[in-house]
Amino acid sequence: MNWLDTLLQGILLGGLYALFAAGLSLVFGIMRLVNLAHGDLIVLAAFLILLIVSSLGLDPFVAALIAAPLMFGIGWLMQYHLLNRTLGKDVLPPLLVTFGLSIVIQNGLLEAFTADSRRISAGTLETASMQVGGVNAGLMPLMTFASAVIVILALNQLIYRTALGRAFRATSDDVVTASLMGIRPNSIFAIATGLAMMVVTIAALYLGMRANFDPTAGPARLIYAFEAVIIGGLGSLWGTLAGGVILGVAQTVGAAINPEWQILAGHIAFLLVLLFRPRGLFPRAVD
Amino acid sequence: MASLIETRGLTAFYGDFQAIFGVDIRLDAGETIAVIGANGAGKSTLMRSIAGLIANQRDMVLHRGEAIGALGAPDVVRRGIALVPEGRKLFPSLSVEENLQIGGYGRRANGRWSLESIYDLFPVLKERRRNPATALSGGQQQMVAIGRALMSNPEVLLCDELSLGLAPVVIKDIYAAFSKIKSSGAAIIIVEQDIAQALKVADRVYCMMEGRITLTGRPSELERAQIHAAYFGAETHELA
Repeated sequence: MNWLDTLLQGILLGGLYALFAAGLSLVFGIMRLVNLAHGDLIVLAAFLILLIVSSLGLDPFVAALIAAPLMFGIGWLMQYHLLNRTLGKDVLPPLLVTFGLSIVIQNGLLEAFTADSRRISAGTLETASMQVGGVNAGLMPLMTFASAVIVILALNQLIYRTALGRAFRATSDDVVTASLMGIRPNSIFAIATGLAMMVVTIAALYLGMRANFDPTAGPARLIYAFEAVIIGGLGSLWGTLAGGVILGVAQTVGAAINPEWQILAGHIAFLLVLLFRPRGLFPRAVD
Repeated sequence: MASLIETRGLTAFYGDFQAIFGVDIRLDAGETIAVIGANGAGKSTLMRSIAGLIANQRDMVLHRGEAIGALGAPDVVRRGIALVPEGRKLFPSLSVEENLQIGGYGRRANGRWSLESIYDLFPVLKERRRNPATALSGGQQQMVAIGRALMSNPEVLLCDELSLGLAPVVIKDIYAAFSKIKSSGAAIIIVEQDIAQALKVADRVYCMMEGRITLTGRPSELERAQIHAAYFGAETHELA
């Protein structure tokens, strides 16, 4: 067993988990909304990309460029007209509504696409590889990790360097006072969820090209996303990347010891973090 | 000509609890009025109603004669009415400068206020502009809160309990800035428990008790005994 190879594969897998989690982290960080349909929305975006690829014959990356604004629109509408109504002091309404949404999306996808397992073909990219420090790494996992870093970098720039980002943080701090600044919190939340759905589209692109997916694949993705967010610290985007990497490394190390331990090792790493650092490794200073 | 701000029979509720009862006030262009009263008199509720934080019937609040009582806070601030809220309510995850910048999110195009003019008004804020806003002293935080409201280029500035929790020397510094704010063309409504301070800066005074106006008049026309009676409970006076 080559530990360096195992470690590298784990880190790269962590990029995919960070992509799963970044949208969840963004939405939670801004409006304290736990979206239980997040995994199903990733699968929905994967089917949307698949549909564009198969119907228009486009490259998956071009298809994702078309799907991203569509997913932004879906996210905006979902937040503005449905989820904003559930926000308040009680955490239960958003949980119940997004749980219901998860079931609706799964059944809608089953109706539309059947229960067959699908995959987005990426051609030669699927098998392309390159040497990284004497270890062979797949080009697709490398691109996934690079995309995760770029997404988190871009979100951080948006949040800390733009007027919209200031509005996100102000609304997250205090909705009522934010409205005194001329900010419309419902619109800000809808934009945040729209952006999260664009990140979801990128996650879906790599999910669809790297693995098979079917209409019921969402909840497992949600668990990985949750674990990455919680390991990293709620609301921290760089923490989410670190959480994804820890989860990925734990899984590949577990799989290297015994293939049956892959998923279990990830969950154990998550539980250990919860045990010793209940607020995650890099919690936000202001909560 | 219509007043800049006018309330007509304004009532406000928190759930079933009625906080103010038929309040009539008016603010004319260039004027500073003070609303004084003890804790729980309804002063802050009056400010919150004008600022759009409490939904009212449309025609209970008028801006230049237009009914705005049913507008939400984002629309009210876009009309040029900004509130400095009680307790300052700065955004803890934003720096001093970002707190000021966010105040300009719904700003009107015409007006003199900018980051630079706020720093001219409160020079200490320029030195501390990179600091988290909540790391500042109480007085400096109040300056940020006032500057943040000014960044929207308001024609009406609502100031709720500016002196609350501040040392007298700091209060003096903050009120010293008011002449510059007035010269920018903004009319001001201040809510104060500090009667002496309110009487110094206001053109007219309204005294509230238990959700009602109990006294109105110009500071020069009001006697100490009248204010004392209106503040703590006695018959209603009308002087102006």
